[in-house]
Amino acid sequence: MFQVIGKSVISLEVNEEKRDVTIEPSDTLLHTLREQLGLTGAKPGCENGDCGACTVLVDGWPIKSCLMLTAEAVGHRITTVEGLKNAPIQAAFVENWGFQCGYCTSGFLMVCHALSQIHPDAEEIVMEEWLQANICRCTSYEEIRNAVNVILHCSDSP
Amino acid sequence: MIPMKFDYYRPDTVSEAVKIYGQLDSEGKRPLYYGGGSEIISMARMNNLDMGAVIDLKGIPECRELKTDGDHLVIGSSVTLSDITEADLFPLLSKACGRIADHTMQCKITVGGNICGTIIYKEALLPLLLSDCTVLIAGAGHLKKVSVHRLFHQGLNLSPGEFIVQFLVEKKYAALPYFHIKKTKNEKIDYPLISLCAVLEEGSFKLALSGLCGFPFRSVRMETELNRRDVSPEERVRNAVNLMPGPVLNDVSGSDRYRLFVLKNTLMNLGKELEG
Repeated sequence: MFQVIGKSVISLEVNEEKRDVTIEPSDTLLHTLREQLGLTGAKPGCENGDCGACTVLVDGWPIKSCLMLTAEAVGHRITTVEGLKNAPIQAAFVENWGFQCGYCTSGFLMVCHALSQIHPDAEEIVMEEWLQANICRCTSYEEIRNAVNVILHCSDSP
Repeated sequence: MIPMKFDYYRPDTVSEAVKIYGQLDSEGKRPLYYGGGSEIISMARMNNLDMGAVIDLKGIPECRELKTDGDHLVIGSSVTLSDITEADLFPLLSKACGRIADHTMQCKITVGGNICGTIIYKEALLPLLLSDCTVLIAGAGHLKKVSVHRLFHQGLNLSPGEFIVQFLVEKKYAALPYFHIKKTKNEKIDYPLISLCAVLEEGSFKLALSGLCGFPFRSVRMETELNRRDVSPEERVRNAVNLMPGPVLNDVSGSDRYRLFVLKNTLMNLGKELEG
């Protein structure tokens, strides 16, 4: 049985690297990524699972890191926006002006990247369902939709 | 940031989970079983929970199973809502799970967590009530099978230390013609004003509802009225609506009168949708 009792050192797999971190069992993944690993791409927004600014990928699926304990992430692959490394969705956001202030951008990028990997031929309704998990206060929704459409239905998408 | 301290355990087996619960409970640690954890973390962040330990059930293989086994579907309690919608083994359950919270949250929320949490709507339960499924429950010294109607009737009937391992659904229920609708006050992603699941089995409706009372329910009395053929559709619906099993919710999302108005219209459409 895996257990974390009190302050402990655990190993995480983040962006294809093994990283040791010192955590409390009650620490959220968002807090650990930012405060322990300096990966500030995941943003604290509502910290209540509503805004999506803190979204990361866990085993390839989007997860709001404010609602995941760091201890839960042990044994799973975590990808943050820092781990995307010039994924097609990043270029598509730039080319389609898919952001204004940028605070929500990393969360949107993670959801869009996961969608393109899991459902590369996703129809409009699926795209809408996935993207409704994130909020952009600058309302760049149309531009974000255009960016996602560039990478979906694209056979050479990695 | 969670302002309280607790310990984290992820057992590998059902018996390990039950054992560690008993041990932590006897030590006064007030343990909580932990599924997806979204509600526990949200409440802990607001200091609305007081537990000394969480026991994460996602490490138990039986709780993660999602498969067909002979005449049954096996749905582990730690299966996420998105696992269910992606696999689509039980289309009505997929529909219901696909309308709970948002898609990213569906990747975290588990079916067991949706049903055992404190949020009253428990929309994943509706298709399970309609399938009359069996629930495998683990507790101190026992692993028992009970009807879903025994697990939940106007409230959850789990004893301290017990947790749901699996739901066992007869495959025939997954193939029935179905109807699902969720109506909210404004936004698509919200708690339900009304969430309705129905199936047509051998010419008769079965109906389960959430958002109307302080608990989700299936009402055989309402079904009986809706299935009468000796009165007009309008009268059937009027009679069924008069058989609500509890007070109708009356809050900022919708008054009781409005919820009943929406229910009546929805039930009128139900007959047209399922009977063609």
